[in-house]
Amino acid sequence: MTSTTASHAADLVAALLFILSLAGLSQHRTSRAGVVYGIAGMTLALVATVVLAAQSITAGAVTLIVVAMALGAAIGIWRARQVEMTQMPELIAVLHSFVGLAAVLVGWNSYLEVEAHGDAQKHVTSDLLGIHHAEVFIGIFIGAVTFTGSIVAFLKLSARIKSRPLVLPGKNALNVAALAAFVALTVWFTISPSLGLMIAVTVLALVLGWHLVASIGGGDMPVVVSMLNSYSGWAAAAAGFLLDNNLLIVTGALVGSSGAYLSYIMCKAMNRSFISVIAGGFGIEAPSGGDEEQGEHREIQAREVAELLTQARSVVITPGYGMAVAQAQHPVAELTRRLRERGVEVRFGVHPVAGRLPGHMNVLLAEAKVPYDIVLEMDEINDDLADTSVVLVIGANDTVNPAAEEDPASPIAGMPVLKVWEAEQVVVFKRSMASGYAGVQNPLFFRENSSMLFGDAKQSVEEILHALTSDPRAQAPGEAALAR
Amino acid sequence: MPAQESAHHPPQRIGVVAESTPGETRVAATPATVRQLVGLGYEVVVESDAGTASGFTDGAYGEAGARIGDAWQTDVVLKVNSPSSSEIARVPDGATLIGLISPAQRADLLAELASRPITVLALDAVPRISRAQSMDVLSSMANIAGYRAVVEAAHAFGRFFTGQVTAAGKVPPAKVLVAGAGVAGLAAIGAASSLGAIVRATDPRPEVADQVKSLGGEYLAVDVAQEESTDGYAKATSADYDRAAAELYHAQAKDVDIVITTALIPGRPAPRLLTAEDVAAMKPGSVIVDMAAAQGGNVAGTVAGRTVVTDNNVTIIGYTDLASRLPTQASQLFGTNLVNLLKLLTPGKDGRLVVDFDDVVQRAVTVVREGEITWPPPPVAVSAAPQPAPAAAAAQTEKPKEPRLTPAVRFALIGAGMLAMFALVAFAPAQLAANFTVFTLAVVIGYYVIGKVHHALHTPLMSVTNAISGIVVIGALLQIGHESAVVTTLSFVAILLTSVNIFGGFAVTRRMLSMFSKG
Repeated sequence: MTSTTASHAADLVAALLFILSLAGLSQHRTSRAGVVYGIAGMTLALVATVVLAAQSITAGAVTLIVVAMALGAAIGIWRARQVEMTQMPELIAVLHSFVGLAAVLVGWNSYLEVEAHGDAQKHVTSDLLGIHHAEVFIGIFIGAVTFTGSIVAFLKLSARIKSRPLVLPGKNALNVAALAAFVALTVWFTISPSLGLMIAVTVLALVLGWHLVASIGGGDMPVVVSMLNSYSGWAAAAAGFLLDNNLLIVTGALVGSSGAYLSYIMCKAMNRSFISVIAGGFGIEAPSGGDEEQGEHREIQAREVAELLTQARSVVITPGYGMAVAQAQHPVAELTRRLRERGVEVRFGVHPVAGRLPGHMNVLLAEAKVPYDIVLEMDEINDDLADTSVVLVIGANDTVNPAAEEDPASPIAGMPVLKVWEAEQVVVFKRSMASGYAGVQNPLFFRENSSMLFGDAKQSVEEILHALTSDPRAQAPGEAALAR
Repeated sequence: MPAQESAHHPPQRIGVVAESTPGETRVAATPATVRQLVGLGYEVVVESDAGTASGFTDGAYGEAGARIGDAWQTDVVLKVNSPSSSEIARVPDGATLIGLISPAQRADLLAELASRPITVLALDAVPRISRAQSMDVLSSMANIAGYRAVVEAAHAFGRFFTGQVTAAGKVPPAKVLVAGAGVAGLAAIGAASSLGAIVRATDPRPEVADQVKSLGGEYLAVDVAQEESTDGYAKATSADYDRAAAELYHAQAKDVDIVITTALIPGRPAPRLLTAEDVAAMKPGSVIVDMAAAQGGNVAGTVAGRTVVTDNNVTIIGYTDLASRLPTQASQLFGTNLVNLLKLLTPGKDGRLVVDFDDVVQRAVTVVREGEITWPPPPVAVSAAPQPAPAAAAAQTEKPKEPRLTPAVRFALIGAGMLAMFALVAFAPAQLAANFTVFTLAVVIGYYVIGKVHHALHTPLMSVTNAISGIVVIGALLQIGHESAVVTTLSFVAILLTSVNIFGGFAVTRRMLSMFSKG
């Protein structure tokens, strides 16, 4: 066993541990073990690599490694402790950008080590040189797109820039042209590498990444974030090709396919093709038929909702991004607890694209200590909705829009939605009568069995809680709902 | 805009007057609804003792923000029953009177109202459309009356409604027949079945069968074709139907213990459902509540406002004030209906009443406008039954299922893909080929592993893959210390960034997973 074979063996074990880690995350029961596997795999890989590297570099360089890692670890753990669960999408986006930038830097280093020396370099045999040139370019390209894309996603998610899609004239043509230019540059670089081309491809990719995500609207962020997750994986895999490192290739491929799969799930949940999301512009074509007069909505007061809830047999809460914005998850969890104490069956119905991150709502509810076994997925709860007394729609809009099922002309037609309107009563928590992200009017609001509770979601839920505590048997005035 | 006198803006005053009709216990506003009226920007004046019979004291109105005083000298007068001649004289010029008017039956009253320069809104003329349901006094009163009819019947009936098996013997449940499944009928069905009785219901509109069932009743169909109602009210029935229905009622009369009749046709005398013979055929001790007594009654022998007992000891209750017999509840619902109407009439919430004739509901309720009769309004249709059909058909045809790949095409595609992979690896240099093999297999493994991940864990999955993709650090680790200072600097930055990723990613994942707890 030489140090090289030992390092290869460590790579294999680390790769297996990563696979176990992802497999562990498939269930709540094994998820914590999954993280332990992941940490073990990462530790093994790092130790093996540092030990191997330490043999050929000076003590000063090793010190630099330790300093960089310690600094990074401190920052990383500090941010992980600090971050609000509502800000998870932002954190994840920013972490993606780091991977992207690191991949760009690795690509540049590789250029400086190999191509910059021209024929004098000894790292790569001449027959592989052409491939190396291409790999440098591909690695930098993917990394740079990931980097700026993630930065824009971060800025949009943290509301530092407007989440409205940027619409440049001929934006699709621009993207295609950028891709074509990349291919041309790669071919050129393979034939005659030069610093100018390196700078050109880096700038091109940075601009493309920026434009790609800037032209996608806020509501499509679940897809964008998982897509960037995928890109960050491909960037790592590209670095692996570049450095001929199997662990990087395997890990990058795992992450890349995981992000791609998540994007696929998200797109399916919106009934849209991946391409159409990436190309952006969903919110723009929507307004057709959006402003129609749909009828009169009915307003309801928090006190009356409390009344409804105490008399309900079963309650389903369907949260959306609005709940995260209003930070209403804690009062919602409190409401859930109170109702369950009274013997009301309370469950949550989560649409796959609710929130700004796949699984975002689940994390928020978990943070507020809502037991995960009452948080159900759309497919699990949809058939039970018809048998539910009251549905509370908190900060969701498009994901509960009956037009998706009933109006073939609607821009969201065919999108799977939570069929809340089948319940006996629906209470929609909303700031105003504005339409949702898709810009589509929601006929749900005008149904006979739905009523609107206007105001900030957090405040509204707190008022309901207050009404529940102050007078449990408060008789709300109002006509008994009678079918006729 | 007739009721608007733009320029100056003192809030208008609403007067809640005491009812003069003998036996009337309701009032047009309760303290709770007064509060809402004040919220709409109005000043509210309540006549002293107006709410006493409903259980609301003057003090309670005062607390709700009303003034006790001369409620007639106001801009908007709220009333329950139609006004008497002397009351009509008391309405100030230019004021608006809102109450039950029965414009279809009382042309004389309408003419008398129109002799004054006032505007009159008839609460009983609210069209039966979804949007106006919250203002529909007839429905809310009928609901109460239906409930009360069952209570009256139970009071007069010498037995339990529910069946019981007791130590002292078995008690059979009472059988109740409800004629007419409108709002009142449905309320009666619900009340009677919750008391435990066996409830049957008849109605010429077959579309109500589901509603009857949902309240615990059994729908008895009369097997004769009837056209569907388009305005929400029952229509007069055909001769064939009447004959078949008569047979049904006769058969039922012999069987049931309680009959509650609710059949009304707008603008006509109540249809006769039970003949003297039918009543005579009923068992002694049976009870009939004729809710149509005021319009002549559905039952032979009904006396409006009275209870009569027939020779064969059948009690026929003809009360016309069933809703008033639950005054607190009735006033509350009546008041809420009024508030909902006033919300519609006060678009600015500024205490200014505006009647908009372009609005179907406002047009329909306005029976007199500034001394001019505006009744009847142009017709409105509510039941859109025939329309949805073509839309549904269109939805079906416009949904061409995207053609699934045939097996042959699928195999061809897979084959082509395999061939491309083969070519790629076969012609690539050895090292690239090895890398590519590893890469391809890892992608496939990734797909299968991720595919099983629970939806709820997608965010932790993303953060953990994020941490793992920090593996790109290895690249930088292998590069640092080699070559120039530039390479080392870039590597340093890369190591720093990816370490944030690795440690931050794992730490935040652990934090998230520790929050998930089972209930």
